[in-house]
Amino acid sequence: MRRAIDIILSRPLSIAGTALIAIVVLSAVLADLLAPFPEHRGTVVDFTNFNQPPSRHNLMGTDLVGRDLFSRILYAYRLSLILGAVVLALAVPVGVTVGLVAGYLGGWVRFALMRTTDVFLSIPPLVLAMSIMGVLEPTLTNGMIAVTVMWWPWYSRLVHNLTLAEREEGYVLAAEIIGASRFHIMFREILPNCVPAILTKMTLDLGFVILIASSLSFLGLGVQPPTPDLGSMVAEGAQYLPDSWWLTVFPGLAILVAVFGFNLLGDALREILGTDQ
Amino acid sequence: MSDGSAMSAVLRLLAGRLAISLLVLAGVSVLIFAIARVIPGDPARIALGPNATPEQVEKLRGELRLDQPIWLQYGHFLSDLSRGELGTSLYTNRPVTRDIAQFLPATLELILAAGILMVCIGLPLGIIAAKNEGGFLDNLVRIVSLLGVSAPSFVWAVILMLLFAFFLPLFPIAGRIGTEFEIPHVTGFLFVDCLLARRLDAFADALWHIALPAFALALSGIGQAARLTRANMVETYKRPHIEMARSYGFPEWRIARKYAFRPSLIPSLTIIGLDFAAMLGNAFLVEAIFAWPGLSRYGVAVILRKDLNAIVGTVLIISAAFLIANLVVDLLIALINPRIRHSRDRA
Repeated sequence: MRRAIDIILSRPLSIAGTALIAIVVLSAVLADLLAPFPEHRGTVVDFTNFNQPPSRHNLMGTDLVGRDLFSRILYAYRLSLILGAVVLALAVPVGVTVGLVAGYLGGWVRFALMRTTDVFLSIPPLVLAMSIMGVLEPTLTNGMIAVTVMWWPWYSRLVHNLTLAEREEGYVLAAEIIGASRFHIMFREILPNCVPAILTKMTLDLGFVILIASSLSFLGLGVQPPTPDLGSMVAEGAQYLPDSWWLTVFPGLAILVAVFGFNLLGDALREILGTDQ
Repeated sequence: MSDGSAMSAVLRLLAGRLAISLLVLAGVSVLIFAIARVIPGDPARIALGPNATPEQVEKLRGELRLDQPIWLQYGHFLSDLSRGELGTSLYTNRPVTRDIAQFLPATLELILAAGILMVCIGLPLGIIAAKNEGGFLDNLVRIVSLLGVSAPSFVWAVILMLLFAFFLPLFPIAGRIGTEFEIPHVTGFLFVDCLLARRLDAFADALWHIALPAFALALSGIGQAARLTRANMVETYKRPHIEMARSYGFPEWRIARKYAFRPSLIPSLTIIGLDFAAMLGNAFLVEAIFAWPGLSRYGVAVILRKDLNAIVGTVLIISAAFLIANLVVDLLIALINPRIRHSRDRA
C-alpha cells in the first residue's frame, strides 16, 4: 500500500488526477459549506437576476430562473458521485460472479452466461440505458437501475477472461487436488488474483458512469428538474448558444474535470498494477 | 499454401461468427421485447391521450395485441419480422420500417464519417506516440487522448460549435447541407444522392456540414484508437523479429510500417468495432446539438411516448448495425492476420 502511494506520487499525471478527484469529492461533500447559495439547488426563482454572465457575485453566472450556477454544479457533483458509487456497488458483484462462474465451470454454463453477456454488450450502451429509462419513470433510482443493467456485462467479460488464464495456474490445480470446494477455488483462490484488474477498471468506470448518466439526463431521460444535474444543465443551455455560453460551458467542463481525474488516476493504476487489458 | 484454402479459412471463420451474431440478435430481440412489455401504465392509453373513450383504448389494445399473453405477442412479432415488418409507430402513425428508413441514413453517414476520422487520426497519433516512447510527443498524445474520452460527445459538440462555428465562423452551425441545394431524394444517403445528381458543389457543401459533428462524435474514439495502437506498437517493437529486421539493415520506416504497425493493427481494429457501438449511441447526443436530422429526435420521442413498436424496431436495427460492423471488423482481421488466413484445421 505504501509502495503504491509512493509510485502514485512519483508521476505527475497521476498526481494531477488525484488532485482533480480530491477537488471533485471535496466540493461534493462540502457543497453545503462551499456553495454561496445552497438554497439554489431547489426551485428558487429570482427573475431580477436571471441569465447573468459570470461575475464576482455569481462566479459562473446564473441560469434562466436566476439560480447561481456554481452552487448548482457543486450539488450536481454530489449527485453524480453517489450515482457512480451505487451503480458500481451493484454492477461489480453481479458481473464478477457471472464471470468467475462462467470462466471456471466452463461447458454449457459458460456458453449460456457469456452469450447472455454478449446480448447485453451488442446493444450500444447508451441505447440500452435509454430504452430501459423509456419504460421506467425518469427518476434517480431508475437511472441507477438502467446504468447498472448495462454495466455488469463488462465485468463479467473481464473476469471471465482473467479466470480462463488463472484456472490453468498451478495454485488452482493444487487447490483442486487437496479437494477444495468449487466455491472456495473461485472466490478465495482465483478472485484475489483478479482484484488489481477489477480495481483499475472500477477507477476508470467511476468516471464513465458519471459520463453515461449525464448523457441520459442530457436527453431528458435521467434526473428531473429541479434536482441539479450536469447533463440536463447542458441540455437546457444549449438552446441559448452562443450568447449565454456559461449555461453550457461550465456544466460541460465540470463533467470533463471529474471524468478526466478518474481517467488519469485509472491510467496510472493500470501501469502500477500491470493490469493492461 | 494456395489462395483458395486461405479464402476458405476466412469464410469458415466468418460463417461461425455470423451464426453467433444471429444467435445474439435473437437474444437482443427477446431482451428488448421483454423490456418494452414491462412498461408500467397502458401504452394504448398513453398513445390516445386522456380524452379517449374506454372503447377506443380497448380497440387499440386489441390492434397492438396487448390483450394476448406475452409469448404469443412475441410470436406475432417474429412472424411480422420475417415479412420485414416492425409494426406501426403510434407516434407518427406510419410503419416503423418507413420511419427508420427515413432517419437512419443521416445517422449512418455521421457515424461513418466519424469512423473514418477515428482511423485516419487515431492510428497515426498512436504510431507517432510509439515512435517517441516516453518523449514529449508521447505524453502529449496521451493527454489529448485521455481528454478525448473524458467528456461526453455532447460536451465536445458544444465546445467545438462555440469555437469553430461562432467564435471563428469556419463551419456551419447546423443541418446536413445548405438550403440553396436541392438534391433529389434517391437513396436517403446525401453523399450518394449528391453524386447521383452529379453535383460536386453540393457534395463539398455536405462535407463541410458534416465535419464538426463527425469530429465531435469521433473524439473519444480517436483517443482510444491512439492509446491502443501506441501500447501495442511499443510491445511489438520489443519483439525479436524487429531486432532481426534492424540487423538486416531494413530502413526504419519499413520496419515501422510492415513489422511493427501491422501486428499492432489487429487489437486496434477490435476496439474500433466496439467504438462503433458507442458511436451508435453517442450519435443521439451529437445530433441533438447540431440539429442533425437523424434517428436521435425520433428515438427520444418514441421512448418518451412509450411507442412500443418503434422502440423495439429502433433498438433492433441499431443492434443489427452494430453486429454487422463487428462482422466487417472480424473479416478485416481475418484478412490481415496470417495465422487466421493460413489456418487449415481450426476456424
